[in-house]
Amino acid sequence: MTIDRAAPAGASPTGGAAPPALEVRDLHVTFPSRRGRGPARAVDGVNLTVGAREIVALIGESGCGKSTLARALVGLVKPTSGEVLYRGTTLGYSNAALKAYRRHTQLVLQDPGGALNPRQNVFDAVAEGLRLHKDTDRLGARVHRALSQAGLRPPEQFLERYPHNLSGGQQQRVVIAGALALEPSVIVADEPVSSLDASARGEILRLFLDLRDTLDLSALVVSHDLGLAWNIADRVAVMYLGRIVEVGTVEEVLLEPKHPYTRSLLSVLPGTLSHRRPILLTGEPPDPTAIPAGCRFHPRCPAAAELAPHDPRRELCHSRALPPLTGTGRPTSVASCHLIPSPVPSPSGVG
Amino acid sequence: MSIPPDVLLGEPLAADPTPDPPSGASGGASRAGALWFYARKLLAAVVSFFITLVIGFVLFQLMPADPVRALTQGRPTSAAQMQALRDSLGLDKPLWQRFASFVGDTLHGRLGFSWQFQEPVASLVGSHLWPTVLLMGVSTVISVSLGLWLGIRSGWRQGSVFDRISSGVSLTLWSVPTFWLGLLLLVAFSVGFGPIPSLFPADGMSDPSIAAAGWPHVVDVARHLVLPVATLVLGDYALYVSIMRSSLIDEMDSPYLLTARAKGLFDSDVRRKHAVPNALLPAVTVIFLQIGGIIGGAVTVETVYSWPGLGYLTYQALKVPDLPLLQGTFIIFSASVIIMNLAADVLYRFLDPRVRAQ
Repeated sequence: MTIDRAAPAGASPTGGAAPPALEVRDLHVTFPSRRGRGPARAVDGVNLTVGAREIVALIGESGCGKSTLARALVGLVKPTSGEVLYRGTTLGYSNAALKAYRRHTQLVLQDPGGALNPRQNVFDAVAEGLRLHKDTDRLGARVHRALSQAGLRPPEQFLERYPHNLSGGQQQRVVIAGALALEPSVIVADEPVSSLDASARGEILRLFLDLRDTLDLSALVVSHDLGLAWNIADRVAVMYLGRIVEVGTVEEVLLEPKHPYTRSLLSVLPGTLSHRRPILLTGEPPDPTAIPAGCRFHPRCPAAAELAPHDPRRELCHSRALPPLTGTGRPTSVASCHLIPSPVPSPSGVG
Repeated sequence: MSIPPDVLLGEPLAADPTPDPPSGASGGASRAGALWFYARKLLAAVVSFFITLVIGFVLFQLMPADPVRALTQGRPTSAAQMQALRDSLGLDKPLWQRFASFVGDTLHGRLGFSWQFQEPVASLVGSHLWPTVLLMGVSTVISVSLGLWLGIRSGWRQGSVFDRISSGVSLTLWSVPTFWLGLLLLVAFSVGFGPIPSLFPADGMSDPSIAAAGWPHVVDVARHLVLPVATLVLGDYALYVSIMRSSLIDEMDSPYLLTARAKGLFDSDVRRKHAVPNALLPAVTVIFLQIGGIIGGAVTVETVYSWPGLGYLTYQALKVPDLPLLQGTFIIFSASVIIMNLAADVLYRFLDPRVRAQ
């Protein structure tokens, strides 16, 4: 039932000199307007770091831009502005630069059935990356190794099989093996377990922890599930409507949430934290084509709603935009909210 | 910071994960599965063909109230002559006997005797088969290649200028009646129109004044092919464009394309190696159904250009009406559709590993 959370492994803050494995600075991704609506600001000013051997969970509800952020991190979506840095080097978007980057950062998607080409057998799916990078020395041995690293043992049993005769958990392991074959140092996983059944879910999460320990991988795991974050993450970033609203270590964010949004997400989790009164969010679901003025969470914010009518902070929530969080959430967590007394991010540079 | 275990959120992790046991059929079982698959498809084809025979029998032997009257329509015929015809056609025998001899004859390749040509239907069909196969084969190869190519380009960039122009043009041509398009091309390029001289012949398959052998004959047949093939291609390629386009658009959202890109594949390779092979599967079925229809030829196009194929033969049989000939062509056309359907099923099994597993 319990998992060993005692080993923080790479979770300790990286020494000041070493650049993080992956970093985004002031990232914006805006999609052009469609059907008369405004442009969609899917990612709207995000700073985030993923340290070496660190697992970061990016949490948020559907439509908050977390998947777009994940795709931008692996270079599949070109940011409108801002930059992605891999080990301190800014990612370029030429074909050659992107292709080189693919060896370092790999993507794992939500639906493993769909993420595998139904016409490719396991060997071809795993070998594809190496083949197209023209890196085919000892191809068979490396495919074997990737499969067994991903927990498909013995690998020979799986090579000839097609996705449709694998279970969901096995399919996700094949996807992960396809990523591992390229020997990346970062894996970006977009809802990697949400379409799997409970037992496979636990195994795949365990696999991410194992890979971090044995291969020194870093990972950014996107999810809507705070429980998942608790199980595998070193740090948690909570995203709302294109921005990260709270970031810190998993203990800080999940046990002492600061932001009203994080608190409401936690309050509705079943089980152990049920002594909290559930805070149900009301109002329209967030729409990246119409981001509210002021704090972008204020129309749905339970804390803002409880403010007295003449409370001066009410005006702040309604009209003063908050700057993007700049810190890494180290050593203490930070949240982007007018109602948090200290340390309130300075409102300089408000657009 | 120590965490009390009771704050564990969400699903607990399995303590000792072991990979799922391998599942799936062994080699022997899948071979038996394949045999069973072929047997089922073959049986279905045989049943379809039998139903076709029943329909053919009803349509051509029972429906005409009195074949003899139809045959002698408008000609002075004595009662004795009509009785002699009835006897020779076996119309006085009981129904089951007539059906049994019809099925038996058909299975032995005896398709009856054409009233109009005074020749066995089987030999008529045989002599008209190759012109049709040539005409329809050439035009199908061109329409399929053109249609798939345009469909892939349109679907990959849905909504682009290329897509809109290509879809507009193909839909327009698709809506144009084939015989009208054929007449138009015939007037413009065969008869000659205004400054356009007569460029291509449009009467039959070859010029009788050129010896039916060697290169001059090949060139002559090729020149005769141009206009009917152009008519068929312009009228038909839109079908392949729309199938390929929509099938590719369905594949476009598949996550495996994103996976392939994330591994480092360039866009053109993602299309060529992943999206198109999967999107081709639905197109294959339609193409094979069309190929089955090839033998039937295009009655209108063959008639407009007097192409000596099965379509033109059917048209001539209809004019009389020459019931045994119609019945013969009906059976041949149905059989070719059934055979091509069977071929599509078998080919699909090779192309799609998912079908192989079922």
